[in-house]
Amino acid sequence: MNKHVMNEAIGETRLDRGTQGVIGKGVDRYEGKLKVSGLAPYAYEHLAGEDVAYGFVVPGAIGRGAIKSVDASKAEALPGVLAVISGDKITRASSQPMAPAAQTIDGEVFHYNQPVALVIADSFETARHASHLVKVEYEAKKGRYDITARETVREPDPMPMEPVNERGDFEKAFAAAEVQFDETYTTPSYHAAAMEPHASVAKFDGDTLTVWTSCQLLESGVGQIAAGAGIDQEKVRVHSPYIGGGFGSKLGTSPDAVLSALGAMTVGKPVKIALTRQNVFQATSRRGETIQRIRIGATRDGKIACFAHECDTTNSPGNGFFEPSGISSVFLYAGKDRRIAHNLVETDCLMTSAVRAPGEATGMLATEGALDELADRLGIDPIEFREMNEPEVNPQDDTPFSSRKLIECMDEGAKRFGWDKRPATPASRREGEWLIGYGMASASRANSLMQSSAEIEMSPDGRATVRTAMTDIGTGTYTILQQIAAEMLGLPLDQVDVELGDTALPPSSGSGGSWGANSAGSSVYVAAEAVIAQFAKRLDVEADTLTLKDGHAIAGNRQIPFSEILNGESLSVTGTIEPGDTSESTHQASYGAHFCEVAVNAVTGETRIRRLLTVGAAGRILNLKTATSQCYGGQIWGIGYALEEELVIDTRNGLLVNHDLAEYHVPVHADVPKLDVVLLEERDRYASPLAGKGIGELAIAGVGAAINNAIYNATGVRVRDYPITMDKLLAGLPDDIDAAA
Amino acid sequence: MRPFEYARAGNVSEAGQLAGRFIAGGTNLLDLMKLEVEAPEKLVDITRLPLDKIEDTEDGGLRIGALVTNSDLAADPRIRRDYEVLSRALLAGASGQLRNKATTGGNLLQRTRCGYFYEPSQPCNKREPGSGCGAIGGFNRIHAILGTSDKCIATHPSDMAVAMQALEATVETQKTDGSTREIPLIEFHRLSGDTPEIETVLEPGELITAVRLPKSQGGNQVYRKVRDRASYAFALVSVAAVVKMDGGKIEWARLAFGGLAHKPWRNHDLEAALKGEAPSSALFDKAADILLADAKGQGENDFKIPLARRTLKAVLAQATKGA
Amino acid sequence: MTTLKINGVEHELDIDARTSLLDACRDHLALTGSKKGCDHGQCGACTMLVNGRRINSCLTLAIMHEGDEITTVEGLGDPDNLHPMQAAFLEHDGFQCGYCTPGQIVSAVGMLGEVADGWPSHASADLENGATLSGDEIRERMSGNLCRCSAYPNIVDAIETASTKLKENA
Repeated sequence: MNKHVMNEAIGETRLDRGTQGVIGKGVDRYEGKLKVSGLAPYAYEHLAGEDVAYGFVVPGAIGRGAIKSVDASKAEALPGVLAVISGDKITRASSQPMAPAAQTIDGEVFHYNQPVALVIADSFETARHASHLVKVEYEAKKGRYDITARETVREPDPMPMEPVNERGDFEKAFAAAEVQFDETYTTPSYHAAAMEPHASVAKFDGDTLTVWTSCQLLESGVGQIAAGAGIDQEKVRVHSPYIGGGFGSKLGTSPDAVLSALGAMTVGKPVKIALTRQNVFQATSRRGETIQRIRIGATRDGKIACFAHECDTTNSPGNGFFEPSGISSVFLYAGKDRRIAHNLVETDCLMTSAVRAPGEATGMLATEGALDELADRLGIDPIEFREMNEPEVNPQDDTPFSSRKLIECMDEGAKRFGWDKRPATPASRREGEWLIGYGMASASRANSLMQSSAEIEMSPDGRATVRTAMTDIGTGTYTILQQIAAEMLGLPLDQVDVELGDTALPPSSGSGGSWGANSAGSSVYVAAEAVIAQFAKRLDVEADTLTLKDGHAIAGNRQIPFSEILNGESLSVTGTIEPGDTSESTHQASYGAHFCEVAVNAVTGETRIRRLLTVGAAGRILNLKTATSQCYGGQIWGIGYALEEELVIDTRNGLLVNHDLAEYHVPVHADVPKLDVVLLEERDRYASPLAGKGIGELAIAGVGAAINNAIYNATGVRVRDYPITMDKLLAGLPDDIDAAA
Repeated sequence: MRPFEYARAGNVSEAGQLAGRFIAGGTNLLDLMKLEVEAPEKLVDITRLPLDKIEDTEDGGLRIGALVTNSDLAADPRIRRDYEVLSRALLAGASGQLRNKATTGGNLLQRTRCGYFYEPSQPCNKREPGSGCGAIGGFNRIHAILGTSDKCIATHPSDMAVAMQALEATVETQKTDGSTREIPLIEFHRLSGDTPEIETVLEPGELITAVRLPKSQGGNQVYRKVRDRASYAFALVSVAAVVKMDGGKIEWARLAFGGLAHKPWRNHDLEAALKGEAPSSALFDKAADILLADAKGQGENDFKIPLARRTLKAVLAQATKGA
Repeated sequence: MTTLKINGVEHELDIDARTSLLDACRDHLALTGSKKGCDHGQCGACTMLVNGRRINSCLTLAIMHEGDEITTVEGLGDPDNLHPMQAAFLEHDGFQCGYCTPGQIVSAVGMLGEVADGWPSHASADLENGATLSGDEIRERMSGNLCRCSAYPNIVDAIETASTKLKENA
């Protein structure tokens, strides 16, 4: 068993030496040629051209109630319809991440447009039409749809953090503080809106089920499918080689996964289901809306004495997951007395779950706005204010930071951005019709390491193949695993192949929580070390003395090609990484700082991003190109969260009103200027053998607040209710419109 | 999508006789058919009809065939030169792909983007007369503030039609009996009233064959669209303006508005108030007062009232600059 | 029977009249390069060229395209022989998950044709004279192609690179 437990800091590694010179380089994506030519098969595209049936989900038509009857006779009578499946086993929504199973409907409607039945037909067109012929009778019940009504409030599950974190006596300290800041911020529900709608293809061979689905976490996904279909997990194999974006929405399997399996079981041939875009909005998962009260007690000269971040968010019956908006507030700024607390308001809307950077993505919209507001009230530059309140250790429990370059990020960003040219007072810079403002915010994203395994097979000719049930959701996993293996083993990149997304391969962490690169990458590191140990043994030298480069082992004055060491045989080893003591003994997070220049139209309140710079530090960067792309992604999500995105809940009936991509606005090309991303050199030797930290979710953290702060600087209007649409700015805009035009 | 009979029309007179729903670009019709909001029993494909030309007319205007795509219309040199407001409106709408498919006739017949119209399980008097209106009291950010009824507060989503309204276009049609007529665009669309399902004055089977633009009268032409993202979004408010200045005064002005009503909106009193006046902030406010005198917010869309005022004032300021 | 000419190859199809051009390719011809992201013309992932012009293939019926020249991403190039636009997307990391990518690439090729034909855009300051390909022009003209991974900056770079390359080749 080749296992590395992260109990202590890692020393110098082959990655530090960089003999092969491929780690960190911005090389092209491993699977890139397939993707740009349309040949990378996503879930639905498997079994293309084969004899399959098509499933179509029937959405419910009320917000909450009981299903009295399902009359499928008209649908079943339609030529081409093979089956209509209804009843208790229908999947209610996606499975929560790592849950044993998805919830089933059990004769009820838990949210508007919840799946109530599945039609299977010999063509997509027939299945779609037949779905309209299924008549469902309901007994409607009164539902709870409005977070502000707080009809049912309960404790959330302690995942991914304890809901309540306290130290000292916040109330007492706040009452005594020289300056008291107390404001409430709200964020709407959001949808991940990955470009690939959730889809599955299920096929039985005897009693063995194969499912091609779009899923970030295959280890738990296979169990969820088995549970939903009522078959043994050992009989289920799941493939997910290419995933058209996940952003958390594919951590748990989506309803199509179980439904396609149930369908295939029923009709005796493979069944394909691609959720419609409307289904995706209505029946997978979403990010919970939040109400966040922030109280900060400070001295007049800017020292934070106490900090409270109290949050309401929502979830549906039976779901304990909560949007942990206070996750960064626990450790980001100093302050002796602290209270970070979350409540769950139970509502009868689509379940909420993890979406890109759960916690930071919403919480820092509030906290980083609050820091800016308080700095403004104190008359202190917002960077200076943050630097004055930089903690030396985690202020919650005094653990040391494994690495933390927040101040360096702010200073580097300020220099590059020209922060000294920020308009000194709000609403003071105007260019024709446009009001110009600068804003900044901090970024942080908690880091984690998960257990993960990978196999490396050395073929007799000296090539390496990496195999793991890891997924690549667009983050660049194929590429960085190739780079890690190549660097560790001393192979040119084209001598390393990578196979992912198959539960027959060694179990992996999967993609989520920005842990994928560190976890799966470390398993490849461990496997590579085991290969090297074998090579050393065969060459009768100490592994440390071996230098590996271009497919050769160099020991002393000997230079031996791998093929010679392998001696006509292949060599296969599996490596496993496990989190250990360093997760407890240090506090680990990635850090960054955002700088934004906005132009707000003085007539209409339309906001345009002019410049956006993010400086980040996330340990070792494994591939500069893909890491930078990840940061662009976070920045652009921040633009969406600040300006456009809002999943609207009709609080009369629970309908998610804007359940398509025409009305749920995600940023388009024209919303996004040329962006800047700078990644600082850093190694975090407590985080993983790679000395890297998560980066996929860092850039979204706080970026919307930087935009908000810039809008305040431009207009003098402070909006605490996201998104900052024009209607919220109009009243504060100048009246001299004729001069503006 | 319900099964339908498909027929391809070989010529214009045959099209009407085939007695079905016309399909050309299909960008809105198929969108709604997939949701069974629209469910025609028969589709008559008119894409092969010779209605894809833009011709000069005897009176110095243009006759735009009903099948001319939004892209071709926006790019036509005559439109760019003499009817800039139309080119601008088209280019502010939809996406490159949609403009390549969407046609002139079809654009006039676009249906509302109301979320309750699009969701079959919700009440909607437009989709299912008598079922009620989900948008009243619901999420109505994109909805109308002018000319609404208690049956429907939907807006017409077109940009093109707003500009055509300011250009005083007329619609040429052919009825099933082969007779033709010209309908001033201002009379073409209807307010929701008690029958929001009836959106135009077209008779069943009546085919739009062309849109006629009168000879360009020159003037300053402006199209301004305000929306929730920088591109690829429907108008919250849009203003099309054609303003002729003479010696520092407004000789005449024609203005049309999108995003405010069930149809592209025009107000003759507003235009009369501008006529002969020197531009000023007070004048523009007066124009806005006239436009918005009967404006009624529905809650989520209350902001459209100040937004329409501000946008109109900025457009007038821009359109009254220079000669 | 409907005959569709896709990437230069004629296909005879016996399909339901309701079948979109997109589904005809994906479900009936095993041409799965064009993606379904929304099925309602709201995302651009299904973009194909029809007679050289880009359209949303999800919002048109296959049976309406007899006689048309249809080009999908598979018709532009393959891994061993990438079209300059495909190569530029790879070089500039103009994608992450890859799902919107075929649509972006086909749309970009169609868009360059529109610019070459002198079509103006919402971003063009001057309507009358032909457009030049600035960053702002690309961003406006490509706004019908959503990318949730948000590769937009890299896509713009890729299109600029490909545009230069295509001009050199021409």
